[in-house]
Amino acid sequence: MLQLFKTIFLVDLFQGLWVTLRNQNPKYIVTEQYPAERPKVAERYRGAPRLNINPENNETLCIGCNLCALACPENLIVVGTARDKQTNKKVLTTFTYDTSRCMFCGLCEDACPVDALELTQDFEIASYTREGAIWDRQLLEEGPKPTQYQF
Amino acid sequence: MAQTFLDSTELVLNMGPQHPSTHGVLRVIVKLDGEKVTGTECVIGYLHRGVEKIAENRTWVQFAPYVDRMDYVAAVSNGLGYCLAVEKLQNAEAPPRAQVVRVILTELNRIASHLLWLGTHALDIGAITPLFYTMREREGVLTIYEKYCGARLTTHAFRIGGLQYELYEGFEADVKTFCDGFLTKVDEYEELLSTNRMWVDRLQGVGILTAADCKEYGVTGPMIRAAGVKWDLRKAQPYSGYEKYDFEIPTRENGDTYDRYIVRMQEMRQSVRIIRQAVEDIPSGPIMAKVPKVLKPPVGEAYVSIEAPKGELGYYVVSDGSLQPYRVRVRPPSFINLQSLDRMARGSLVADLVAIIGTIDIVLGEVDR
Repeated sequence: MLQLFKTIFLVDLFQGLWVTLRNQNPKYIVTEQYPAERPKVAERYRGAPRLNINPENNETLCIGCNLCALACPENLIVVGTARDKQTNKKVLTTFTYDTSRCMFCGLCEDACPVDALELTQDFEIASYTREGAIWDRQLLEEGPKPTQYQF
Repeated sequence: MAQTFLDSTELVLNMGPQHPSTHGVLRVIVKLDGEKVTGTECVIGYLHRGVEKIAENRTWVQFAPYVDRMDYVAAVSNGLGYCLAVEKLQNAEAPPRAQVVRVILTELNRIASHLLWLGTHALDIGAITPLFYTMREREGVLTIYEKYCGARLTTHAFRIGGLQYELYEGFEADVKTFCDGFLTKVDEYEELLSTNRMWVDRLQGVGILTAADCKEYGVTGPMIRAAGVKWDLRKAQPYSGYEKYDFEIPTRENGDTYDRYIVRMQEMRQSVRIIRQAVEDIPSGPIMAKVPKVLKPPVGEAYVSIEAPKGELGYYVVSDGSLQPYRVRVRPPSFINLQSLDRMARGSLVADLVAIIGTIDIVLGEVDR
């Protein structure tokens, strides 16, 4: 009898509709209005790579040990070093990082002994060309400059 | 036999690889007699990347991020399976703290995977609303991942020998808030679907796979549990400290699509139960076992299988004592569960085929590898 009542009056369907209606409450809006509202990614987010510089004397922290290049599964890091004639120390000359092949696994930043290479919270790293995805030392030190939209 | 005007001939229909309901790039060649399916044939390999071959050209540590990309919906479970296999080879064991964190993250992953399955499966059947709700709850899991290890989908959260990242401040609180809110949401999905006559009519009695069939095909996971077999590797051969937790294996009898739906809903509740027990006492201590930085496991082989959200996920690793794996073989649950498609679809209507493909819960990244 109860089952018949439920069948005739579409109780199961209205039950589901009520769930949908309950969720119409503006309190439950979860959509992010990107790019008007930029999401705040977590502190440990593994995004665009950065080569840190010493803020005091603007010199790179990288010691050119090549450990990141060895740790990388995709072999996308190329570290160029040269021997300084006066001090006989190894100094960094070039550093290229191919973001088009990077899978942001974070093995390179784990390997870095001086915290020079880091994956940052920048996530807008698209480029119009394939060459633009290969980052040189200058871009790695300055960081990407994503377009800021005005709304 | 004389040909008459109303003779029926077998019709061969191609479904996929660009079909929205095949959950990726699966191609199914369907043989039809009118509306009835008389046979199906799966064509796979559209997403083949040769992951097992890649492993032979990477070091043991370097291969770990690649396993996340097989079953990208349950990346953490894949990582756990690989790490456990290499740890077995290396004779190392993750410290207790790492094991508990691993359990929490993999169970959260089970919830995320089942949520994605529920949303897309309901979408295939014709219910759009659950997709939005499940995506909203899945976001909660992904946010915890993002805060913990910095990535949302292909997490690379575990390392061989333990964990790389220490828990962030407020991890326990985040997990507890998620668990508290989540159970009411599961009730909401059940309210939307479980008694809905359209849902029940579309699913009940569709794609029946008996326990004997399941065993014959090697089908594991929620599919075999829906057929009434109490088989769960977390109970049968506990790993990573699962024996400490109190939980049940949800089973059903009929083995049809509706039962598989119910089993998966129950599994989400059980996962919450495990997470709650695990998050209560996370032991302190180190998170990384003593494994060398340059990993060279001794010559030998190891097979470890874990209960991934989709079934038994096994890793068979062979070492020749060098830096790189000699062979890594993956036993993916989706690939083996997909075999049963023909048995389930035979005799059903072509409209039910979509429901049957959905209920297997395949991820083509794992099927093709």
